[in-house]
Amino acid sequence: MVKRYGFPLLLALLLAAGTPALAAAPLPDIPKAIKGEQCVEDTGFMRRNHMALLEHQRDDTVQRGIRTRQHSLKHCFTCHVVQDDHSQPVTAADPRHFCRVCHDYAAVQVDCWQCHVSIPEPSATSLRGGQP
Amino acid sequence: MSDEKALSGEKVMNNKIDSYKRRFLAQSAVITGAAALGGGLVLTRVVQARPASQAVSSKNRWGLLIDTRKCANDCDACVQACEMEHGWGRGSSDEQRSSPAQKAQWIRKVTLRDRTTGHETSLPMMCQHCAHPPCVDVCPTGASMKRDDGIVLVDKHRCIGCRYCMMACPYKARSFIHEDLHGQKTASPRGKGTVESCNLCVHRVDQGKIPACAEACPEKAILFGDLKDADSEIARRLASEPSTEIRGDLRLDLGVRYQNI
Repeated sequence: MVKRYGFPLLLALLLAAGTPALAAAPLPDIPKAIKGEQCVEDTGFMRRNHMALLEHQRDDTVQRGIRTRQHSLKHCFTCHVVQDDHSQPVTAADPRHFCRVCHDYAAVQVDCWQCHVSIPEPSATSLRGGQP
Repeated sequence: MSDEKALSGEKVMNNKIDSYKRRFLAQSAVITGAAALGGGLVLTRVVQARPASQAVSSKNRWGLLIDTRKCANDCDACVQACEMEHGWGRGSSDEQRSSPAQKAQWIRKVTLRDRTTGHETSLPMMCQHCAHPPCVDVCPTGASMKRDDGIVLVDKHRCIGCRYCMMACPYKARSFIHEDLHGQKTASPRGKGTVESCNLCVHRVDQGKIPACAEACPEKAILFGDLKDADSEIARRLASEPSTEIRGDLRLDLGVRYQNI
């Protein structure tokens, strides 16, 4: 009896023990875009394929000089900005950052931010001033 | 009579055309050619203001012509403009632990002194944007690359930081980032573990603007333009005035040329 049903029983027990833990994991609370009603593509498409769009765009930009806005990383942050208590945009160092919210949940670490800026571009005037 | 009619007439009555008529046709063909060339030149200017969706093409080759006589010894406006534009050196508060030799250096002022006469020449030195770049030859990943329009740059997505290109470059144009960075510019992503160098302000060139160093020079000693456009100021000056490639003996066909050195 034990020999015959032992393994399925163990499996069922493990599943029963595991299910409540899975259900308890809180889903990410995705921050809403600060402006615009519609993303550059459908939301479902973007959730599954944003990485492919960004990778394609990055090669087009660096190697071929194509700088369209539609799928550019820079363009993401014109809408997807999370502001802190002082109305300043938070960087990817902050867990509230738009990218971080899902990526932390999925335990997928991206290294975009080692080089790229993770907040919207400051206005052209402040750039011209020359920061110290 | 239109040129087209004259040309078709020439085919039919080829044997009967006298020498006078031949001369007339030759002249009109030259005029037609000139008109076509004029149209082509106008088109080239349109191509320079390329739409964002269009890839760069080998019809252009961007380069610099630097007149060292206009370059003042104590001026480093071009270096400062580059630092601010790309966020290195004085344009950044990062790289605190790196030694001066380790820190990023996209462009530097170099002073040449004639040992006999004591005459000093000052010039800005940066990536020379070779047509046959040794850095591209040696790169194991294809990160060190030359765009179709002649701009040599590092695709940092592919750079593994091996620094082979730094050793291959005869101009010491490249530097390696040793530390985590935080204050990068949106237009110029830079990061630890990758090699970088002057990219001729590729983000500005793509928008139809000139590089920051050329814009900042108070004496207009740095001229930016399309070497392949015979009508551009840089091509006209290169054709009519003497200029030098640094280490021209290497025959790398440089995109940056100097005058009066």
